[in-house]
Amino acid sequence: MTIRGKAFIAGVYEHPGRDLPDRTLPQIHLDVAAGALADAGLGFGDVDAYYSAGDAPGFGNLSMAEYLGLDVTYVDNTETGGSSYLVHIQHAAAAIAAGHVKVALITLAGKPRTGGAPPGGSQRGGGAPEAAFENQFGMSVPGGYALAAQRHMYEFGTTSEQLAEVKVAASIHASHNPHAFLPDAVSVEEVLASPVVSDPLHRLDCCVITDGGGAVVLVAPEVAATLDRHCVPVLGTGTAVKHTNNGRIDLTHTGAVRSGPLAFAEAGLTPADIQYASIYDSFTITVLITLEDLGFCEKGEGGRFVSDGNLQAPFGGLPFNTDGGGLCNNHPANRGGMTKVVEAVRQVRGEAHEAVQVPDCELALAHGTGGSLATRMGSSTLILGRSL
Amino acid sequence: MTLPTPSPYPNPETQGFWDATTEDRLLLPRCTACEFVIWYPREHCSECGSSDVEWFEASGTGSVYSFSVTRRMPGRWGKAAPFVLAYVELDEGPRLLTNVVDCDPETVSIGQRVELVWHETEDGPKLPRFRPVD
Repeated sequence: MTIRGKAFIAGVYEHPGRDLPDRTLPQIHLDVAAGALADAGLGFGDVDAYYSAGDAPGFGNLSMAEYLGLDVTYVDNTETGGSSYLVHIQHAAAAIAAGHVKVALITLAGKPRTGGAPPGGSQRGGGAPEAAFENQFGMSVPGGYALAAQRHMYEFGTTSEQLAEVKVAASIHASHNPHAFLPDAVSVEEVLASPVVSDPLHRLDCCVITDGGGAVVLVAPEVAATLDRHCVPVLGTGTAVKHTNNGRIDLTHTGAVRSGPLAFAEAGLTPADIQYASIYDSFTITVLITLEDLGFCEKGEGGRFVSDGNLQAPFGGLPFNTDGGGLCNNHPANRGGMTKVVEAVRQVRGEAHEAVQVPDCELALAHGTGGSLATRMGSSTLILGRSL
Repeated sequence: MTLPTPSPYPNPETQGFWDATTEDRLLLPRCTACEFVIWYPREHCSECGSSDVEWFEASGTGSVYSFSVTRRMPGRWGKAAPFVLAYVELDEGPRLLTNVVDCDPETVSIGQRVELVWHETEDGPKLPRFRPVD
């Protein structure tokens, strides 16, 4: 059983806004839904399955289906943080393959800049069983990722300069993106000169905080055949949950060590086949560790792998995040999975900015990480092709 | 700057753990079936599935598994910066999220030996934190 040939991405949309004080959260869901459906050449009346995550307000799928005017017979609120939307694609593809539905809509929207949500802090609910054993000690989002970075440096000799190389590549890509929140290319020296937030992570090792959102439309093969748009086949999917493992957490790897091989096996491909990768980039360390875990290099070699422009499009060994990623372009709702998929679709369609388009990009990977490298995370990997 | 000491809000599953902290005792749950030392505290063993779990008193010593000096953070924790967020690996096995205190944050290192100190919260239970062992 493989998903190959059974579901296609027909439409994607990334909200161009980064500060949206005059749009409500439901309106941004509407904006991105309309955008992705228009990209596919479909309408709201064609949608029979709807997917959203924790960013959907009110009663989640129910409130949003009502607001958007959807008549759906399949819903899924899977919540794995920023990777939710890749998990949704996996689930939607499976639902389509099973014959339950033909057109699935997935939306993400958020207003962390103008909606009043506080940045940075970890405010997990008191009902969570781990809460009293983490929140009492000043855990923060950057602090958690810093714990992972520090341990990686200790075990493998990874350096702050190597982490900065990830940001440099993303910033060069962002300089070609007119919508990027941080449009200026930066140097390793500038990253290292930015204030330290949590050792060893500097401010420029951290992603941006933006409003915005995105959406994806998946369709069955028979629907794809009727559309004028380039429909992108889903070739492989994989998801894994990694947690603190009963007090034995290993900070040097992510759930990608399982989600990656699952996705590659389903696609019948290996990391060497991938020409472009959207890698979740909440922090520079997230990218470095994930690249190792997906098998693009050996464990511990991530620092060397990201150096010397290897991640820079179009001619690096593995061009990544050619929209500028969460580090520079946007990170709507503090959830970067959706935009990872959108840019991967642009690459296999040949519709990325000409300065960063990977020549003849046939195979792309998108990877999402939700939660925290320091505690519990949902990892999800998606492999897309230009064609079957 | 003194670290915040927020209440841990004990619940029926963790009451025994937090009650012991008022006597400066760090209790760890251990599965009587497979002998795994469990963390965070819960009344079942997520290694073997047994619900036969007992408390025992930890030595209170361990070593730093990882750490980060938090220098910027919103709210009251930011006012306490720089402070050391850390995973300490207890000699009994579990890795606890905690703070390393009573030292210059710039001197903390992975592998450093540490011992337990207790910080009283506003409503009774104490928080287990650690300081370097000379």
